[in-house]
Amino acid sequence: MKLKVATTVNGRKHEHEVEPRLLLVHHLRDNLGLTGTHVGCDTSQCGACTILVDGQAVKSCTMFAVQAEGRNLTTIEGMAKDGELHPIQQAFWDEHGLQCGYCTPGFIMAAAYLLSTNPNPTDDEIRKGLEGNLCRCTGYVNIVKAVKSAAQTMSSAPAKKTTVTAAGGN
Amino acid sequence: MIPAAFEYSRASSVDEASKLLGKYGEDAKVLAGGHSLIPLMRLRLAQPTALVDINGIKDLDHIKESGGKLHVGALARHVSIQNSAVVQEKLPLLAEVAGEVGDNQVRNMGTMGGVIAHADAAGDYPTLALILDADIVTNQRTIKANDFFKDLFTTALGPDEIVTEVVFPVADGPHKYVKFRRRLFDWAIVGVAAQKMNGGWRVGLTNVGPTPVRATAVEEALHKGAKPEEAAEHASDGLDPAGDLRASPEYKKHLARVLTKRAIQQAEGQ
Repeated sequence: MKLKVATTVNGRKHEHEVEPRLLLVHHLRDNLGLTGTHVGCDTSQCGACTILVDGQAVKSCTMFAVQAEGRNLTTIEGMAKDGELHPIQQAFWDEHGLQCGYCTPGFIMAAAYLLSTNPNPTDDEIRKGLEGNLCRCTGYVNIVKAVKSAAQTMSSAPAKKTTVTAAGGN
Repeated sequence: MIPAAFEYSRASSVDEASKLLGKYGEDAKVLAGGHSLIPLMRLRLAQPTALVDINGIKDLDHIKESGGKLHVGALARHVSIQNSAVVQEKLPLLAEVAGEVGDNQVRNMGTMGGVIAHADAAGDYPTLALILDADIVTNQRTIKANDFFKDLFTTALGPDEIVTEVVFPVADGPHKYVKFRRRLFDWAIVGVAAQKMNGGWRVGLTNVGPTPVRATAVEEALHKGAKPEEAAEHASDGLDPAGDLRASPEYKKHLARVLTKRAIQQAEGQ
């Protein structure tokens, strides 16, 4: 039996009828066409499917779409505003924080959550904060640099900071 | 991977959840954080016919001190336990362990009640509950941790019984949880919890048997004045761990001894 699920994704309201067993990541990709959220390991380990649910980083492969009823979701597609990359996206670009790019959306969403809870993290705090995301191109050094650089940009530009808060679903 | 089909209901009270579980029968499961259950469902190692989602039940995520005990609601998330000022002050070992469960994303979803009810041999909270003589409170009764964990993934819970809170004693003395794993977010290959309270040591082991193990021989040796490295030699007494992908039985027993020594030494060094 299908159930109604109403969500707000990147500021837009959506309503669908879904099977209870539909995973949130498949709902985002297949029903909403938001294919920026990737399915990586499919075993709740790699973090490629990380999105924000009411501002909290969650692996969308480990949540059913029906659990998102009434929730406010942010995916990678919701990060850039008015054609301008989010500071975290820009920092991944500038610091070469990606190679193949498959894990990148998840890393960016995990980083957005990390910086919303700790706006000025140390390298160790960044590594611990991104423990739930795997990069198989072994690009961690530049990913840490990118998050550090984004933290600096965002703390020196308060306007950008509110962008993340908004992305966090407040 | 797509889980098998199931019926889904949301409960708005513990009573309603219990009734739904009764209605669906023993193949129904409670959905709390879902971070053990959903991975098992995707692999179809678990195929519940119905899920009762308890996330909408209010007042089940409390963390508070009352009557000299620390009450942790079944829906308290790991991240809340980790960051709770009350837990950090009254039972810092629990805050430390909560911060070592899974990763950020897992800690945002996973719950105290879920870990306890799931009873994974590699779960971290069950070891704490056991050595601290925690009370596991359900909608029907209170069960001592010692009587709760029966076997691998098997607890004393009845089919329509739901964990509502776990009640820990307050203990702010020397403590340490050493969790040995290959990657930060992994389950423990072996874990050791050590807590000094009421003048004695409580020592417990994670993932060296189907249920958590209290290292009574280590506790007794310490009580008789043995040094940590001497007492820790007893950590593998009577153990018969199953080998798995990450470790042989012999290696787990070795880890039990080495990590017990580290846990006590690091706790004493605080």
